[in-house]
Amino acid sequence: MIRDSDIVFVDEPRLTAADRLYLPQVVMGLKTTFRHLFKKKVTLQYPEEKRPMRVENYRGVHRLNKDEKGRVACVACFMCETACPAHCIHIEGGEAPWPDREKYPIKFDIDELRCIYCGMCEEACPVDAIELTPEFSIVGLSREEMVFDKEKLLEMFDRTRELKPRKNPVITGYEYNTGGPIPPSDDQTEGLKAPGQPQR
Amino acid sequence: MAETILESQPDLLIDWKKSDRDDGGACDLRTEEMLVNMGPQHPSTHGVLRIVLRTDGELVLEAIPHIGYLHRCAEKIGENLQPFQFVPTTDRLDYLAAMNNNYGFSLAVEKLAGIEVPERARYIRVIMAELSRIASHLVSFGCYGMDLGAFTPFLYAFRERERILDMFEAACGARLTCSYITIGGVTQDLPERFCETVSEFLDYFEPKIDEYNQLLTYNHIFVKRAANVGVISAEDAIRWGLTGPCLRGSGVKFDLRKSLPYDIYSRFDFEVPVGLPGGSDGIPKEVRVGDCWNRYFVRMQEMRQSVRIIRQCLEQMPAGEVKAKLPKTLKLPANEVYFESEGARGQLGFLVVGDGSAIPYRVKVRGPCFCNLSITSHVCREVLLADVPAIIGSIDIVMGEVDR
Repeated sequence: MIRDSDIVFVDEPRLTAADRLYLPQVVMGLKTTFRHLFKKKVTLQYPEEKRPMRVENYRGVHRLNKDEKGRVACVACFMCETACPAHCIHIEGGEAPWPDREKYPIKFDIDELRCIYCGMCEEACPVDAIELTPEFSIVGLSREEMVFDKEKLLEMFDRTRELKPRKNPVITGYEYNTGGPIPPSDDQTEGLKAPGQPQR
Repeated sequence: MAETILESQPDLLIDWKKSDRDDGGACDLRTEEMLVNMGPQHPSTHGVLRIVLRTDGELVLEAIPHIGYLHRCAEKIGENLQPFQFVPTTDRLDYLAAMNNNYGFSLAVEKLAGIEVPERARYIRVIMAELSRIASHLVSFGCYGMDLGAFTPFLYAFRERERILDMFEAACGARLTCSYITIGGVTQDLPERFCETVSEFLDYFEPKIDEYNQLLTYNHIFVKRAANVGVISAEDAIRWGLTGPCLRGSGVKFDLRKSLPYDIYSRFDFEVPVGLPGGSDGIPKEVRVGDCWNRYFVRMQEMRQSVRIIRQCLEQMPAGEVKAKLPKTLKLPANEVYFESEGARGQLGFLVVGDGSAIPYRVKVRGPCFCNLSITSHVCREVLLADVPAIIGSIDIVMGEVDR
């Protein structure tokens, strides 16, 4: 509580007419503003106009890469799941139906809502199977919808293939790493729908 | 209309000021004290800060900051993850200067584990930290203008910040939560033409600081709002543990980059700006050392020094590796390390305690904003209500770091 005796009455400082209007100050401030009216605009009309971005390393939505036969490139080594600081990757590995690798992911889920897009999964992947894409605007109506499963992640690869080609398509399975020839698959056209993959 | 009322009620014509003077304040006009909540959702509290103001009319008798609305257990998260996994969490502390946080934490862990960082990475890290400092000070400058009623500077600040964020995006793929600087170096080498882009930006940016000064710093209206408001003496600043521009605004020349140079800061030539009294060097005469205007002005000058540091970095930067060779799981020795670096808002300290495993036993963060905010209750005493946003804005807090 302030006592009335503490109150000090101060006379208003005498201002000149120009000072009282604050007009010169306003004009001074606006001078810079008005200069910019005649310059090039720095803003973009976003949904219609898009700004250029460096697609090689933008950290957006994930994709699961396919090898040249259209199969999932992942070998279910769980490196990304271990490296993930947000624990948003869930992999279920199974025996691969193809002879060039031992394992492949039966299930591969990424919770895109939980993900913090740090890019550590991409860094950890020994076969460059998981990558982050320049796609940044994904929408969904429910949380379940935003948990991307294997099909959705592979579809994301098809969508962004042209924009961002696969970094290093040579690394795929174990055979490739040793420089050996690619063993022919039993069914060249089977692609994704490999036998042994449970139907969902 | 008004005239008739006054005539019919002559009591209203009494000159209160005069009568108070005459009878020595015996005729009291008692007003009741009122508790006012400012925030947690208030545009000028910079996030979710709640301040309880005890007001007597227009006068604030006491201001008590209440924090904790953005608490995310960042320190506890650090005790459950490997250090390299904790780096993205440090982004989210002071999210306006994410690179500085990455840098501080990485330096602490490197000191604990005895990691030697490649020379090129060291320079990249300093460039990023200083760019981040500029970006952070730009936000601070823009928002401070906005707090005091000037909308335009905010847009100018964000125009330049955008270019810095674009550079971050080109380097690491993210704009705000970079996680670029990591244990043992940086995650990836700089893209092509990055140094040229930075250099172009600096040439473009340096004259802009003069534009800001013209636009806001020396503007009479702004000076009236900020000068001689919320004065913190040098003793108080030290006593309350203020660091960064808040401390230097009070005239204490202390910057960790200069006073206790860490990493490669001893190789650069730069100055430490401090608060100056009014009347000298074109500084408005109302200004006093340690007031809001000086805290703000130190940031403006620091941007210039950051530009100088980056220029020297670009000149000296060697080629080579950008990340030290580290084992897959980095075992932390059973020891503890406390390391402070100069963040954008002050001294950012990380205490990392290892126990021989890959996961630290304890991670503690000393956030500069948390300590700087503590002086609010001391400064906001018997100030006008309109000065409270001016004082809080000049302290430049980021709630992500206050609450952690």
